[in-house]
This record gives sequence, C-alpha cells and structure tokens, in this order.
Amino acid sequence: MDSMQSNLPTIETQNLSLFYDRTLAFTDVSLPIPAGCITALVGPSGCGKSSFLSCLNRLSDIVPKTRVTGQVYIDETDIFDAAIDLIALRRRVGTIFQKPTPFPFSIWKNLAFPLREHGVKNRDRIDAAIETTLKDVGLWQEVSDRLHRSALSLSGGQQQRLCIARALVLQPQALLLDEPCSALDPISSGVVEDLIASLRGRYTIVIVTHNLAQARRIADFVALFWVRDGAGRLVEYGRMQDIFENPQDELTKSYINGIRG
Amino acid sequence: MSPFLRDTLLVVTLRSFAILCGAIVLPIVGFLFLEAYPAIEKIGWVSFWRDRSWNPTEGAYNLMPMLWGSLFVTAGSVLVAIPLGIGSALFSQYYAPPILARLYRRLLEILAGIPSVIYGLWGLVVLVPLIWQIEPPGTSLLAGIVILTLMILPTIALSADASFSKVPFAYWQATTALAVTRWSAIWHVAFPVAKSGIFAGILLAIGRAIGETIAVLMVCGNVVEVPNSLFDPMRTLTANIALEMAYASEYHRSALFVSGLLLMAAIALLIFLAEIVNRRGIYE
Amino acid sequence: MNNLSSPRSPSLETIVTILVWAIAIGVSLIFAWIVGDIAWRGIGELSWQFLINYPENAGREGRIAPILVSTALILAVCMVVAFPLGIGTALWLSELTASASKLGRLVGRSLDILAGVPSIVFGLFGNAFFAKTLGLGFSILSGGLTLACMVLPILIRSTEAGLRSVPLDYRLAAAALGYSRTTTLFQLLLPSSAPSLLAGFALGLGRAIGETAALIFTSGYVDRMPRSLFDSGRSLSVHIYDLATNVAGGDAKAYTSALVLLMLVVFLDLGAILILRKWLQGET
Ligand SMILES: Nc1ncnc2c1ncn2[C@@H]1O[C@H](COP(=O)(O)OP(=O)(O)OP(=O)(O)O)[C@@H](O)[C@H]1O
Ligand SMILES: [Mg+2]
Repeated sequence: MDSMQSNLPTIETQNLSLFYDRTLAFTDVSLPIPAGCITALVGPSGCGKSSFLSCLNRLSDIVPKTRVTGQVYIDETDIFDAAIDLIALRRRVGTIFQKPTPFPFSIWKNLAFPLREHGVKNRDRIDAAIETTLKDVGLWQEVSDRLHRSALSLSGGQQQRLCIARALVLQPQALLLDEPCSALDPISSGVVEDLIASLRGRYTIVIVTHNLAQARRIADFVALFWVRDGAGRLVEYGRMQDIFENPQDELTKSYINGIRG
Repeated sequence: MSPFLRDTLLVVTLRSFAILCGAIVLPIVGFLFLEAYPAIEKIGWVSFWRDRSWNPTEGAYNLMPMLWGSLFVTAGSVLVAIPLGIGSALFSQYYAPPILARLYRRLLEILAGIPSVIYGLWGLVVLVPLIWQIEPPGTSLLAGIVILTLMILPTIALSADASFSKVPFAYWQATTALAVTRWSAIWHVAFPVAKSGIFAGILLAIGRAIGETIAVLMVCGNVVEVPNSLFDPMRTLTANIALEMAYASEYHRSALFVSGLLLMAAIALLIFLAEIVNRRGIYE
Repeated sequence: MNNLSSPRSPSLETIVTILVWAIAIGVSLIFAWIVGDIAWRGIGELSWQFLINYPENAGREGRIAPILVSTALILAVCMVVAFPLGIGTALWLSELTASASKLGRLVGRSLDILAGVPSIVFGLFGNAFFAKTLGLGFSILSGGLTLACMVLPILIRSTEAGLRSVPLDYRLAAAALGYSRTTTLFQLLLPSSAPSLLAGFALGLGRAIGETAALIFTSGYVDRMPRSLFDSGRSLSVHIYDLATNVAGGDAKAYTSALVLLMLVVFLDLGAILILRKWLQGET
C-alpha cells in the first residue's frame, strides 16, 4: 500500500441486515472492504446489493420504514451510532446511482451547489475546484465551453461522469457506485469504467455490477450475493483472482461460469 | 337493434352530450354580452370609470371603487396565502412525520370543501367583532383578506403538495448523498422542478379569490368607496352584483352584467397565463 | 477535512423547520376554531324538531323543513341533469375520442374555462337565461339548472380520471372477445370505474350544496314549502346567508343551519376522498 492509501478508510460490516417494513432485503452480511481498493458486489437481481450499498452511508435512512440491524464500521466508527455526524459521513462517503441524476440546472451549478452547501463561497475557489474535478473525470474538454448550459442537455455517459464529478468535488474518501454503467451505451460504459479504474488507490471504492467481465477487469475484491430462504446473503468473498479462478462455493462456480443468475 | 346500430347510436349520443357540455361557456358569455349591451351602448365604457360615483338610481355608474375593492382583497389574500400555502405543502411533503402528513392533507381537503357561506358566517360573527375591537367598524378590507386567505390557502397548498410529490425521488437521494440540508434540497432542486405546478395552483387561487362572493360580502361592509386603510369597509365587484341584482332593473341591471363581463375577462386572462405556464413545462 | 470548511451552521434549516411547523399548527388551529365555533354554537338548537318543522318570524324561530326540501329538490334537479350529461361526456372524452383529437381538446379546454367561471357569473347567466329567457322565473328549476352547469366540470373531470385509470388490458380483452362498444362500456368500463363515478357524484353534490351566490337570484329567497319545481325555494346556504346578514337576531338559527350544512359537506367530501383512496389502493 502506498502512502495515499494509508489515510483512506476501511469499511467493515458485521451481521448487517436490512428490512423494508417487514420484508427482509438482505441479512447477516459480514464483509470487510479494504482501503483504497475496488470491491465489486455481484449477484442476481433482487439479492440486496443496492440495499446493502445504501447502508454504507446511511442513505437507507430516507426510505420510510427501513430497519437496519448489525454494524457498519468505517475506520472503527459505527456509523449507525446515534451520535454520528451524518453530514460529515455522507461527505466522506459519496454515492453514484445507476441512473444519472444531474439536477435540472447548469453543469456549473451542479458542481457549485454541493460546494457552496459545504461552505465554499469564494467564486475563484469554486471555479478552480470545478475545473480540476471535470478534468479528473475527463469531461473538461467536452464541456468547458458550455458550463452554463443545462446539465440535462448532456448525453447519458456525460451525465454519469458529471454525477461522478459532483461526488468527487466534495473530496470524499470512499465512493459507492450502484451499477454506474448499466444505463449507458457500450461506448459511454467503457469510458466510465476506465474512469472508475483510474480512481483506484485514491478512494475506497465499492461498485455494484451485473457485468462479470467488468468486475474481472476492474475489481481487486469480489463479493457474491445470492437470495436464499427469501433474503439476500453473502455467499463468497475474496480476491478477484481467487473468486474467478478458484471459487470455493458451488453457487459461485456456476454463477461465474454463466450457468446461473 | 343490431350491435352496429346500437354502437353508432351510442357514439352519436355521447358525442352530442360532450358538445353540449363543451358549448355551455358560449351562452354564458353570450348572455353576459347580451344583457350588458344596453349599458355599454347607452352609458358608454367611459362612464364606468369616469362617473362621480356608483349610484345607478341617479344615473351614476362608476365601477372603479368596486374594481379596486376586488383588486385589493384579492391581492392581499393571495400575498398572504402563497407563503402559508407553500409552507403547508412543505409540511405535508417534507417536514411532517407520515401520519401527521396524511392527517394534514385530509384537513386541507376538508378545508377546501367548506362552503363560502360558512366562512362568511364565522367571519361575521367571530372575526369582525375582533377587528372591531382594534378599529371599528370591523367589517373591512382586512376581514375580507383574512377570510379569503383561509379559503384559497387549501387550493395553493394542495396543488403545491401535488407538484412536490412529483419531484423524482432520485433527486432526493442525490441531494441526501451530497449531504445537502433538507432546506437547500427543497430550495435549489424541488422548487425549480415543481414551480410550474405551484404557479398553476396560485393562478387557480387568484381566480377563486376574484370570483368569491358571499364570504367577502358578509365581512367587508360593502360601502362603495375605495378603502384607505385595512380597516376601512369596502365592496367588491362580486358583492355588488349579489347585493343589487335582486332589485336592479334596466340600465342598472345591465351595468351589473358589465361587471360580470369584467370578472370573466379577469378569469380569461388567468386561464391564458396558466396556459403559457403549462406550455413551458416543468423543465422549461 | 482537506480544504473544505466544516459543515455550515444549520440555522436556516432550523428557522425553516420552525416556520413550517408553525404554519401547519396555525392552520390546524384556525380550522379547529372555525369548525369548533360552528359546532359549539350550532349544536344547542339541533334536533329532529329543527329539521322537520317550519320556520317562523323570518327564520328567527322555528325550523328548516321547507328549506331542506327546497335544497333537496334543487340538488335533485341539478344532479338529474348533470350526472348523465357528465358521465356521457366523460365516457366520450376518455373512450371514444383520441385525447389529441381536435374536438376532444376543444371540449376539454372549454370545460377548464367553465371550471374557472365564478359562481356569481353562473348566477347572472341563470338569471338571464333560465329565469328570464326561458321564463322559468325564480324557481327551483332555474336554480337546479344553474347549479348543473356549475358542477359539470367537476363531475366530468373526476369521472374521466377514473375511466382513464381502468387498465388498457380490459379494453383489449373486450375487443379480442369481439364485444361491441356498447357492451364494453356498460358491462366493463362503467362497473369497473363505479367508485370514481360515485366519488365524482359526491364531490359535485358537495360543491352544489354549499353554493349560495349562484342561487340568490335564480331559485330565490322564498322560505315556504315548495309545491312544484316552478316554485321559488330557499336553499340551506341561502338561508344561512339571509339569517346572518338580513335578519337581526338570526345568528343562532344561522349557526344551527350552518352546522347541518357543514356536516353534509364534510360527509360528502370525506366520502369521496375515502372511496377514491380505497379504490386506488385496492388497485395497486
Ligand atoms: N424501497 C423498497 N421498499 C421495499 N422493498 C424494497 C425496496 N427496495 C428494494 N426492495 C426489495 O429488497 C430486495 C433487494 O432489493 P435491491 O434493490 O437491494 O436488490 P439488487 O440486488 O440491487 O437488485 P438489482 O440488481 O435488480 O438492482 C428486493 O426483493 C426488493 O424487492
Ligand atoms: Mg440494484
């Protein structure tokens, strides 16, 4: 591990379960997520990957009637502790969703809005941060001349990169990505995937993906979820090579060989 | 009868029903014109704002005091009802726990259905004496504004609530993920998305306020004079019609229909504005 | 945390939260005040006797039997005319014409205008057309027909919404079975959207029952028991208005009548709301 990674957070869940009202979405997941690495969550539809991800920065809070049991530790701190500072937590752990969600105003304001919210008022600093971040996600070339046009006029892939920029502009330490490429065409998907791969080592990254080839290309660690007895569970977890080349569980074997799921 | 014949008959009947319903506005406007015509013809438009006063028995037909009355009471109530109505919608949409939100929405729906005569009665018996204690006579512009505010608040609140509820949940997730405060998310994201719906609700409320008759009639005092302060009594166009229609005849009656035409013109303007807002759509 | 300052002060959020709660509590309290006031002052006189005996001394004493009868007759006339017309139009709008068709859009547009027409203008129209031109005079018939024009848009829009929410599958299935249009409409669509018809009926009735301004100079003031539809008849809301404004010492009876009216309206509105909620929930 190089020096940059040393101050990135490690995330760890212990016996984590989540209920939507009375239905159990996933249960008993204990998963270590190493600092600075890309951890991919894979598994069939409905096995609780998105739900699991939403627990890691307590976005699960905003869905009415959810109940979480178990613990999520980010560097030793239990984030479900009542005393936690939610604003600091969510700034530290950014999220990107499956469908790009740019706000219905200009590209510039999409990035300036969160900055201002978090106390950056100086116009020069805002401009500088926006330029750096847009360069980071490879969007600067494409949009630098139309920063004040509506973000909704961008293509799907550009919108998704804008959303990644919007998360990065707050300088988080961890990123949660929920199928960030699945709503995009193959070319945009490739661009976004390369972008994510380029972020390795700079953030602790958890990515949900349906695309096993993608997981293989970018992940350091892989976790397989599966529905058993009516709830999602963690089936197997390990280094990417181990999971793909030497899976222990029968389910994992058939899943990565494309027999199931 | 063969099925085919029956079908044709049904279609023809239903279509004529629809045409009939759609055409009702025409005779309404037509009769207003017809009945207003003698006054316009004989008295002339200028009299309606140039005459000494409104005193039809003596041939004075100045409608301006009533026009100002309608304008003041509408403007006052709309200005007060907009923040209260939007605040109510924010409460039921973002700030209240789910059970309270549902109850509050139900309450607004009931409030919207309470007949104007009941608001008027309460205003007359409870509100007017209260205002009288501050400054007689109590029946006043202020009383009208308060009562109208209560009457149009549910309209604004319910339409704003409906517009907010259409703001995609994904925006809410995204703002939460960015650790934006609830108010900033509402102000910067929900408002811009919901604004055309909110605006349409406000236009609807303005229409209700201009057209309201019985409640303002009961609490405003109905003196034909432009009010100088909130505590002065005044008369609206609508109240004027309701008060004098029963005994008006000839040009007097005709002049009342002219004020009816003015009301329709105001409504037409509002509908036109609503149409423009609608066209622009949510994302402009 | 890097070069970003720590989270800003939450003051604005706090202020807005307090404001929004204050608005909601204030609106609820005023609502409670109005309803409580009507109930408190009205309940004393309320009894079966009040409902089934005759008014005396201009309504200061005595009861409201003829007024209830007149009200019922006016509403009956209104609904007998408006309900079939409204349902027919709604059926045509949602089933028999493409929503983009020119005539359909025209009818819809004109209904939106009709919905915005102030009730006093309906009164003017009713007076000029039904009472004067058709020679019906101040009568229950004039009043009922005027109200029918007024409630049509409400009836049509809520029925239409109900019909549109019937799944398309039903229609395709019916077409596949070779049903005629008549059969499809009467055996399938109307029954499956019956709750929305009922809700529309209740909403329209609630609106009509509370109307005052449109009735003062169409159905008139006469408080005797009507002998036919051509008699003038005083509706409950007109009775309240008259007692409160024109009859010294009429407040007590006005309050009791207002309580009766309020209960009817709330019953109808809540009924409509509950029917719709239940129905919509049952569907998902
Ligand atoms: N808001 C919600 N309310 C109720 N149940 C939900 C909600 N969101 C998800 N669920 C349920 O929880 C389970 C897990 O859903 P989740 O979205 O986490 O799965 P997923 O693995 O992300 O699936 P996908 O690959 O399709 O995105 C599913 O059975 C789903 O129906
Ligand atoms: Mg998912």
